[in-house]
Amino acid sequence: MTTHSSTAEVSKEPDRAEDRKGIDEITILWISEGMSCDGDTVSLTAADQPSIEDLVLGLIPGLPKVNLVNKVLSPSLGGEDFLAPYRAAVRGELGSPFILVIEGSIPNQNVIEGDGYWTSFGNDPETGEPQTLNWWIDQLAPKAWAVVAAGTCATFGGIHAMSGNPTGCMGLADYLGWDYTSQAGLPIVNVPGCPIQPENFMETLVWVLYHAAGSAPPPPLDHMLRPQWLFGKTVHEGCDRGSYYEQADFAKDYNSPKCLVKTGCWGPVVNCNVPKRGWMAGIGGCPNVGGICIGCTMPGFPDAFMPFMDEPPGGTLSSLAIKPYGAVIRRLRGMTNELVNHEPKWRHNKRKLTTGYDPHWRP
Amino acid sequence: MTTTEARATDRKPPQLVDMSWDPITRIIGNLGIYTKIDFANREVVECHSTSSLFRGYSVFMKGKDPRDAGFITSRICGICGDNHTTCSDYAQQMAYGVKPPPLADYIVNLGEAAEYIFDHTIFQDNLVFVDFCEAMVKSTNPSLLSRAERTDAPRGETHGYRTIAEIMKAFNPFEGEVYKEALKVSRITREMFCLMEGRHVHPSTLYPGGVGTMPQPTAFTDYLSRLMRVIDFVKKAVAMNDDVFDFFYEALPGYEEVGRRRTLLGCWGAFQDPKTVDYRYETMNTWGKEMYVTPGIIVDGELVTNNLVDINLGLRILLGSSYYEDWVNEQPFVTHDPLGNPIDMRHPWNQTTVPVPQKRDFDDKYSWVMSPRWLDPRTGDHLALDTGGGPLARLWSTALSGIVDTPYVKATGHSVRISLPKGESLPETTLEWRIPKWSNTIERDRARPYFVAYAAAMALQFLEEAMGLVRAGETKVFENYEVPDEAIGCGFHEAVRGVLSHHLVIKDKKIANYHPYPPTPWNASPRDMYGTPGPYEDAVQGQPIFEENGPDDFKGVDIMRTVRSFDPCLPCGVHMYVGKGKTLTTLHSPTYGANHG
Ligand code: SF4
Ligand code: SF4
Repeated sequence: MTTHSSTAEVSKEPDRAEDRKGIDEITILWISEGMSCDGDTVSLTAADQPSIEDLVLGLIPGLPKVNLVNKVLSPSLGGEDFLAPYRAAVRGELGSPFILVIEGSIPNQNVIEGDGYWTSFGNDPETGEPQTLNWWIDQLAPKAWAVVAAGTCATFGGIHAMSGNPTGCMGLADYLGWDYTSQAGLPIVNVPGCPIQPENFMETLVWVLYHAAGSAPPPPLDHMLRPQWLFGKTVHEGCDRGSYYEQADFAKDYNSPKCLVKTGCWGPVVNCNVPKRGWMAGIGGCPNVGGICIGCTMPGFPDAFMPFMDEPPGGTLSSLAIKPYGAVIRRLRGMTNELVNHEPKWRHNKRKLTTGYDPHWRP
Repeated sequence: MTTTEARATDRKPPQLVDMSWDPITRIIGNLGIYTKIDFANREVVECHSTSSLFRGYSVFMKGKDPRDAGFITSRICGICGDNHTTCSDYAQQMAYGVKPPPLADYIVNLGEAAEYIFDHTIFQDNLVFVDFCEAMVKSTNPSLLSRAERTDAPRGETHGYRTIAEIMKAFNPFEGEVYKEALKVSRITREMFCLMEGRHVHPSTLYPGGVGTMPQPTAFTDYLSRLMRVIDFVKKAVAMNDDVFDFFYEALPGYEEVGRRRTLLGCWGAFQDPKTVDYRYETMNTWGKEMYVTPGIIVDGELVTNNLVDINLGLRILLGSSYYEDWVNEQPFVTHDPLGNPIDMRHPWNQTTVPVPQKRDFDDKYSWVMSPRWLDPRTGDHLALDTGGGPLARLWSTALSGIVDTPYVKATGHSVRISLPKGESLPETTLEWRIPKWSNTIERDRARPYFVAYAAAMALQFLEEAMGLVRAGETKVFENYEVPDEAIGCGFHEAVRGVLSHHLVIKDKKIANYHPYPPTPWNASPRDMYGTPGPYEDAVQGQPIFEENGPDDFKGVDIMRTVRSFDPCLPCGVHMYVGKGKTLTTLHSPTYGANHG
């Protein structure tokens, strides 16, 4: 890890004794109606270590019985039948504790004047009008045993929250407050990635479930609520092009197997384990297979990393200074890492749109 | 005006019930289908399709560095993000005047082939086929299931199942053999994808100008060995699908009317031929026709054009039922294309997106989707083209055009022949997809496994060509360029579920305008300013109901099959509004229905 600040642990054992008792049965209520591309759900189905079938079929020892309510894998015919567990949870009648998983950024409904909505999940049974995602979160978050944000949109706002967006959308923690705690006394568990690396997500979910079973402490999270063991190191620290960097041997364009920092790789300051772990089953990834790291797991994504295909500012400095290697570089990097570990200031739930959107923008 | 032909029947007094499915799941955005069903005459008399999600890509991309466009637009779609990146790179390459080295084009083709195989498989076997599986048929058409138990499967020798019911059972969710195997196949094929494009869904190694994928022999060997592991699964899937779909026609006479509409198909072409493509607008008609999936527009069985320039010029984005402000009185971004043809204000190059959130009103505005149409120069009609879920239009256009001629795939003018090599358990096999009589639900679904075979066969050829280049030492995969101060570009491609275009305008080296048009706006569009319904609306509206359940326990399986046959963006599950339905009226309204406007 390059900076101590991003590993500071904020989650701790719940104070209330009853929360530490094991849970035999738990429901996962997954809502992907945030502003997303649904890529996190699709990514999840790529995980094989473990797979989602293994989880649902009870093939992982020591976990509570899991009822997964997810659009992709639900055997239900859908509609109100599919929505029934969500409605029951709103009424407090679900019959088991639940983990709320949110996929997609949370729109700012406050910037809409009059009627209308940015995104919805089913209809309001009374009025027949679309039921907003925000309504569901307001209802479910206070009752959730735990809340998990899947993907960079839900964790920090992501692509749809970039500058100039008209929806004012943001991450879940911006919406609920960074100090939110669930019924189990847990903060939001953020699993960033655009999309989630499949196994990173499954592993985190399984840890939360072990914790529910009473057989594990809560997952250790850093100051941005990310699992430490997954996001504690930088891309650079796991990249197999690292020795080229060390030798100051840089690719001039994308034809080269050498270090990509001069062609746009942000690996030195991005918290992510993908080059090390691969994309699925050890295959694929980013700089290790020829893709620049665009910082897709980061709170500052995408604005802090654009334009993607240029050398990151500071890249020249650190790649020049590569010979007098050491403490200086670590400090410089630490500063940049701090910088990209913050979200842009326009991600908030106020009544004003501050993203820079102008409806009649012309160049 | 609906584009479906009216059906003459002996009509009973209608018994109309409101039924809706919202959300339809596993799609990007939130699709809802709202219908009025006449249970007395067993047909759907009205359908509205609505989307309740707005994100605003074309809005927030303005002012950004154009080279970022592929990385950003990938995030439009969580299942075919790579198709967007590829399409964006095509558009950018046109704008920058750069042609990637041939090996890069082959690597992109190999990535896209893996994507088609992956996505169509998980969609067809894990989602579409749930509608045809034993459990579903039992709860919607029990008498059909008992007939399936008594019917031998004609292609049992290939797939190993004795009766039609046994096939249906193999597709039962979570428990069925084929269902489970398809999930495994979807992982192997995604690994193939990652070998070429780094990550699935959002690729990491695609750039305008080429790729960053290391072109070592290992990457291709790893891809080939995985492809050969799934090749027999592909052959079996075609056989099983054919058996079940043929059985439906035979056992339920009239089923061809389900989801049927006029043949109004669009395909924008896929798989560039690196030997001819130069990405220039001026030569687009030539290299467009050389693509290994031939672009084309087909109206009532007739090929209207294969020319990408004509296709481009005819694009129109209409409003009517969508939550946006009109832009028609603003300054155009592009007045003429590089060949001097005038560009319409309603063309994507000139579109401005100004969202206006408001209440949903089916008599007025009811969707976040606009209405893309194609202006037929012969008639002046704004055609609500559909994609047939992707494969139907691709195979139809390729077959009819008769241009593709490769060692593994050959278009004949009325069919496409696909040869797959020997696998672990099945011999070398030649499949033939023939142009069907109808553009309907079953044919949309049937085309899908054939296109999986098509993509697998083309992948074999791309592998041979790519490895040939690598062995000859031609391993360059990226070409450098300068972003010009001012330029325009367009990309035409096929997302998994159909037509995909990106239109780009650059001013002062920044994005001045960017409009991506994926297949789902074409298929899911609402009624436009002329009142023409979008394809889902048109296909569902007027379709007969074969489900044996009455209004109280109605599941809507025939409607779900129709909507799903279009492959709505993400693998789709229709979620039903089971509010029992509300009886609307039992008035006589004989003109209300198939002729409804
Ligand atoms: S390619 Fe990127 S992550 Fe890898 S060594 Fe170079 S800068 Fe670091
Ligand atoms: S290496 Fe960079 S671009 Fe790749 S997944 Fe990690 S953060 Fe995203």
